Amino acid sequence: MSDTQAPGYHVPEQEETNYLHAQPGLMSWLMSIDHKRIGVMYLIAVFLTFALGGFLALAVRLELIAPGETIMTAETYNRVFTLHGLVMVFLFIIPGIPAALGNFVLPLMLGAKDVAFPRLNRASFHIYVVGTIMALWTTLEGGVDTGWTFYTPYSSTTSTPVVMMTMSAFVLGFSSIFTGLNFIVTTHKMRAPGLTWDRLPLFVWAIYATSIIQVMATPVLGITLLLLAMERIMGIGIFDPALGGDPVLFQHFFWFYSHPAVYIMILPGMGVMSELVTTFSRKRIFGYRAIALSSIAIAVISFLVWGHHMFVSGQSAYAGMVFSFLTFFVAIPSAIKIINWSTTLYKGSISFDAPMLWALSFLILFTIGGLTGLPLGTIGTDIHLHDTYFVVAHFHYVMMGGTVMALFGGIHYWWPKMFGRMYSETPARVAAVLVFIGFNVTFFPQFIMGSQGMPRRYYDYTADSGYEPYHVASTVGSWILLLGMLIMGLNLLSSLKKGAKASANPWGARSLEWVTQSPPIEHNFHEIPTVTQDPYEFPLEGSQKKASEGMDVTA
Amino acid sequence: MDNKAGSFWLPPQASTNAAELDELFAFVMDINYVFFAIIFGMTVYLSVKYRRRRADQMATSDVDHSLLWEGAWTFIPLMLCVVMFVWGFRVFLHQNTAPEGAMQINVTAQKWSWAFNYDDGQTTSDLYVPAGRPVKLVMKSKDVLHSFYVPDFRVKSDVMPNRYTSVWFEALAPGQHRIYCTEYCGKQHSGMYRTVHVLSEEEYAAKKQKGFEGKPEGLDPVAWGKQLYTKYGCNACHSLKEGERLVGPSFWGLVGREGVTAAGEKYVADEQYINESIMEPMAKVVQGYAPAMPSFKGQIDDDQMNALIAFMKTLK
Repeated sequence: MSDTQAPGYHVPEQEETNYLHAQPGLMSWLMSIDHKRIGVMYLIAVFLTFALGGFLALAVRLELIAPGETIMTAETYNRVFTLHGLVMVFLFIIPGIPAALGNFVLPLMLGAKDVAFPRLNRASFHIYVVGTIMALWTTLEGGVDTGWTFYTPYSSTTSTPVVMMTMSAFVLGFSSIFTGLNFIVTTHKMRAPGLTWDRLPLFVWAIYATSIIQVMATPVLGITLLLLAMERIMGIGIFDPALGGDPVLFQHFFWFYSHPAVYIMILPGMGVMSELVTTFSRKRIFGYRAIALSSIAIAVISFLVWGHHMFVSGQSAYAGMVFSFLTFFVAIPSAIKIINWSTTLYKGSISFDAPMLWALSFLILFTIGGLTGLPLGTIGTDIHLHDTYFVVAHFHYVMMGGTVMALFGGIHYWWPKMFGRMYSETPARVAAVLVFIGFNVTFFPQFIMGSQGMPRRYYDYTADSGYEPYHVASTVGSWILLLGMLIMGLNLLSSLKKGAKASANPWGARSLEWVTQSPPIEHNFHEIPTVTQDPYEFPLEGSQKKASEGMDVTA
Repeated sequence: MDNKAGSFWLPPQASTNAAELDELFAFVMDINYVFFAIIFGMTVYLSVKYRRRRADQMATSDVDHSLLWEGAWTFIPLMLCVVMFVWGFRVFLHQNTAPEGAMQINVTAQKWSWAFNYDDGQTTSDLYVPAGRPVKLVMKSKDVLHSFYVPDFRVKSDVMPNRYTSVWFEALAPGQHRIYCTEYCGKQHSGMYRTVHVLSEEEYAAKKQKGFEGKPEGLDPVAWGKQLYTKYGCNACHSLKEGERLVGPSFWGLVGREGVTAAGEKYVADEQYINESIMEPMAKVVQGYAPAMPSFKGQIDDDQMNALIAFMKTLK
């Protein structure tokens, strides 16, 4: 790793006290209003929730390896897959990139000292912790068996503690709103001098678009869950036909939030992708404006497609027609991004460092995830595929093949900045390759069994159904995934003690977080830098500047 | 017309609608293959060709946009999307609109069984349809959401407690196909599978006359009762093992048992009590159990009831 200094901006030879050691003691962390510390605490939290959700997924896969009861009863299975969904959606993937990486990186990228509302940021984390405890408490009380979607009237009649679990999601919603609100204001008001909108790193654009959805869609989920709780507690008929309600109304409400939420999950991953692809090919992004604006386009159109979750729910054929049409529209911005990342590689200088391996995995897996959305958005073929494993495979390719790959790539990319240590490269690459293989072995067979007719949320299948070989492959794949994840986790953790010290800019990246020392000082920058160039202006082959030199800034 | 065997992606085609849907599916998948090949090929090719050979190697181009290319890869996918949308909607409308004169069968779903009700009043737990005739199912649920799905027919629709939904199909040839429930409905969601029996016109008429699910000839009532026990989904909630408690009490040793109802009345599980519990389950709920049993009124006839009770009497 070459030692790096940005011309015109001085990183002191002698390191100064960084944010990790600025104040001692556990309480100084828990009560911190430093965006970097909050980001790190969120990172630890999402690592733990991912481990929990992953453990539940392994249990689900193991149960399905053979017909009949393998390791648990149907009642347990229904609670396990429900909790897997809830943990992965509400506790892991929604806060995953924005609250963990976003909190750490976004103010640095803007050249700011912190987010606009540091106390609100801390409140967001505390509320997240409260919501998480509520969710886990519900689990200790036996857990809920409704699926993460809480469809009525099943959820209004089941004997499991639905109210407590929905209140948990309700509370977590506030955490999400606070983070989103904070990022919107920070991006508008706290950019460094010279950092105009068309010089913003694309990660910031993506987080900005995500924040808009978080602030606008999450309240609808809150209202929906509140109505559901009122129905259960007070018997007010809203969704349950026995009380005069309508279950389809619940689905409309639920997906009005939960479809945009899908983009809350994927947009930040797309932002990370833009940073990784450019840095590790030392190349200006292809189509900056198209990528930035497609994030905003996704944020807007995502509000208009929720009905595609309900093509066979008894909604009118003409509603289905409109939603199918709009669904195709939301596919276009994603397609533009994918092709632009791929063409960015053209005439670049491409390294296969671990973060880039994760980025290439994203590119391939997300493409499959996106394309398999087409037969689901096509309303004629959705009739057959709806609620089968084809859908399960599709959204895992998008969410895990997309967002999780980007999250891991981002963690490796910003790890030296966060902790000032380099992880070892070889195990990091081995882990990335193992996860790529394990992922495909786990989820590709699910496409096939799904289009062959295997319904989702099934505890069991019969031996004569022909689905068993696909289930066996899928379960074996989940073990490969586990191995890859373990190697990755151990490698990252051991680097905290044993890793080589990281320079300010180990990757030769161009955005502002790399012009301050690693790990950064408590207030990020000694002086607020002034930006004079675009975020992806890498020197060309043959120019005077060295590969390792950072962004031009003056302070 | 004969059934067409399944492919790598899809199960056998056993209805007239299947061919139409599969053609569309193949078209969409072809688009998938082509786009995946382009993006995968481009990514791998560029990554290998422009791989970093020395540590300080930099990019040799700083091209940052091309209106022409970006326009092309916005416009072409958009046009293909319009084609998929239009074709998809046409197929959907066709599958949603039952032909005039389709034979109607009423369907009632409940946790965790199906009841199919025919124009002559008989009710079955499997579905019986003639080949080569359009059939329309008009469906309603007694409790939570369910979804009626026959992969080989490519039909699916949610079944709801507060409104009727319907699907239609025309089976191609005699045979048997799996019905699944595809809307999560609780413990025995995956156990809610049944069979569609496609019969030739003559066989259909003959069987209907005799009763589709009448006692098979030569079968003694106990064996028939055992069949009915799984057919009506009793097994979802009532174990045959001594003392095993699922949702409801075990059938082992049930006949003749004495106990107390939730209302505090004493009862003896004789024929009268068992019949009442199946037809009017809320009348006498046993103490300590949830009032979760659905009614089978109109589904189980007297012969079947006798067979079930005969079977239960052997469990001791």
